[in-house]
Amino acid sequence: MSLIEVVDLHQKYGERDILKNINIRVDRGEAFAVIGPTGAGKTTLLRLIDLLGLPTSGRIYFDGIDVTELRRMKLEVRRRMAFVLQKPVVFNTSVYNNIAYGLKWRGVRESSIRKKVSNILEMVDLLAYRKSNARTLSGGEVQRVAIARAIVNEPEVLLLDEPTANLDPISTSKIEELVANIIHRYDTTIIMATHDMSQGQRLADRIGVLINGEILQTGVPRDVFSSPLNREVAEFVGVENIIDGVIVSSQDKVVTIDIGSGVIEAISDYAVGEEVCACVRPEDIILALSRVSSSARNSFFGEITQVVSLGPLSRIEINCGFRLVALVTKRSAEELNLTRTKKVCATFKATGVHIVRRGR
Amino acid sequence: MTEIWQGFIKAIELIVSLDPEVMEIAGRSLGISMTSCLLASLVCIPLASLIYFHNFPGKRVLINIIQTFFSLPTVCVGLFVFVLFSRAGPLGGTNLLFTPTVMVLGQMILITPILLGLIISALSGVDKAILDTAISLGASGFQVAAVVLREVRYAVLAAIIMGFGRAISEVGIALMVGGNIRGFTRVITTAISLETSKGELELSLALGMILIFLALVVNVTLNRVQQR
Ligand SMILES: Nc1ncnc2c1ncn2[C@@H]1O[C@H](COP(=O)(O)OP(=O)(O)OP(=O)(O)O)[C@@H](O)[C@H]1O
Ligand SMILES: [Mg+2]
Repeated sequence: MSLIEVVDLHQKYGERDILKNINIRVDRGEAFAVIGPTGAGKTTLLRLIDLLGLPTSGRIYFDGIDVTELRRMKLEVRRRMAFVLQKPVVFNTSVYNNIAYGLKWRGVRESSIRKKVSNILEMVDLLAYRKSNARTLSGGEVQRVAIARAIVNEPEVLLLDEPTANLDPISTSKIEELVANIIHRYDTTIIMATHDMSQGQRLADRIGVLINGEILQTGVPRDVFSSPLNREVAEFVGVENIIDGVIVSSQDKVVTIDIGSGVIEAISDYAVGEEVCACVRPEDIILALSRVSSSARNSFFGEITQVVSLGPLSRIEINCGFRLVALVTKRSAEELNLTRTKKVCATFKATGVHIVRRGR
Repeated sequence: MTEIWQGFIKAIELIVSLDPEVMEIAGRSLGISMTSCLLASLVCIPLASLIYFHNFPGKRVLINIIQTFFSLPTVCVGLFVFVLFSRAGPLGGTNLLFTPTVMVLGQMILITPILLGLIISALSGVDKAILDTAISLGASGFQVAAVVLREVRYAVLAAIIMGFGRAISEVGIALMVGGNIRGFTRVITTAISLETSKGELELSLALGMILIFLALVVNVTLNRVQQR
C-alpha cells in the first residue's frame, strides 16, 4: 500500500480546470518529484496533498485512509507531514523560535525541543544565527530555516515546493545537498515540485511530468528523459531536436517518416498514417563536410546558422530545411572549421531517433 | 484677564503641590479608563480573532458596521447605558447607575468597535503565507490564531492605546451614567465641564493640563509602538 495515493483528483477555480484527472502513488521512503512549467498546477497539487484545500473531486489517501474530507482528522494527518511553501516566510521572531514552533504545537517537552532544534540548526548550518530575528536573514538562509522548521518535526512526508527557486547556484546546491542528506538520513517520503528538470533528475527516484494540469508521464528520471511519451513532455525535458512528420511506411518496425523536406528512418511500433515527432539528441548527431558512406540511415545537408561554445563542447545549429542542433567537441569543431554559413552533412542512426506521438 | 492669569498660576501650584483633590480625580480617571481599556481588550482580542478566522454569511457587513461605530457619539452610549441601568430599565435592579462600575461598562462599549476594527484590520494585513505556514506545520486553529496575533502584537497594542485615549478624554458617558459625584465618580472630564461654571477655574485648569499631558503621553507611546 502506498503511503500517499491521489486518485482522480480534479481542481477547478471558477470555470478553469487547474488539475485534471491526477493519479499519483508515492511509496514510503520514496522521493517523488512533480516537474512542470510555471502555472502547471504544481503548487495547487501539493497544497491539496497537505490538506490545505478541498479538491473539486477525487480522493486523497494517506497511509490507506481516505483523508479528503475528514475534518476531525485533518490536524492529526497534517502533523505527520510538513510542507515547505514555494514562497518561504518566517515568523517575526528568532530563528530558534521559528524552528521550535512545530514542536511546541505538538506538545514536545522543552528539553527535548532544545536538543532537536540545536541538532537541526547544525545540520542546516545556521547555529550562529539561532538568536537572530529570522526577518533579517537572506533568501537562501530563509529557505534553510523553512526546511529546518519542517524536518525538525520528523515528518513522515516532506512536501517541498520549488525549494531552490530564486536562489543563486551556490545556495541552490547547498539546498540540494541538504535535501539529499534528508533523503539519505531519515526515511522521509519526499514529494517535491520543481520546474527544473535536472533538479528532479538529481533528487528524485521517480518523477511525474505535470503540464497544463495533467500528469503526462510518470517514471524514473532516466526513462522520462530518454523516452518522453509525447511532444509536450519531450519539449519540457529539453529534447532539442523535435521534428514533426507522418509515418508513410513501416516494415519490421523500421518506419519512414515524411517530414516535408525529406524523410527520416527510425524504429517504432506506430502504424502508417500516425502523426509523430522524431526526437534526436544533439550528441547523437555526427557532422561531416561531405557525405560519408556509413551504416547510419539518416543524412541531411544544411548550412550552419549558429555556433555556441559550451566549455569543451560546441553547440551547432544547422538549417537543413528544418532546424537541427548538434553537439560536438570543440576540437572537432575547430578541425572541421565549423563556422557560420558553412555547409555540412548531419548524420544520425535510425536507432538514435526516438519517436513520440503528437497530441494525446 | 488678570483673573485668568492668576487661575493659571494657581492651577500650576495645585499640580506641583500634588493637591489631594486634583490627584484623586486624575487617579480615578486613569483607573476607570485603564480598567475599561483592559477589559475591552480581553473581550476584543479573542472576538476579533474569532471574526477574522471564521467565514460566515454577513461577515463583510459586520466589519462595515464595526467600522461605522468607530465614531460612536459618547452621549448616545451614555443614553443607552443610562436607560439600561435606570430604575425602570432592564438592569435597574442592579443599582449600578452612578457608580464607577457602570462608567467602566460605558467606556468599554464606546471603545469596543475601535479595538475590534483595528485588530481585525491588523490581522487582515498578515501575509496569508504566514497562516499557511502555521497550518502546515501542524498548528491547531487556536495555535494559528495565537501565532498570527503575535505577528501583529504592536498593531494590537496600538489599537489598545487608541482605545485608552478615546476612553480617558470622553465626557458624555462619564457625566450621564457617572453623575460627577465628588469623591466617587468625579473624573477629569466631568470635573472640568461642571466645575468651571461654578467658578472653580483653577481646579479645571489644573485638570485640563493633566489631561493634555496624558494625551501627549498616549500619542508619544502610540508613535513609538507604531514605528516598531
Ligand atoms: N486560489 C486560486 N484562485 C484562482 N486561480 C488559482 C488559484 N491558485 C492558483 N490558481 C491558478 O492555477 C494555476 C496553477 O497554479 P499553481 O500555483 O499551482 O502553478 P505552479 O505549477 O505551482 O506554478 P509555479 O511554477 O509558477 O509556481 C495558475 O494559472 C494560477 O493562476
Ligand atoms: Mg508553484
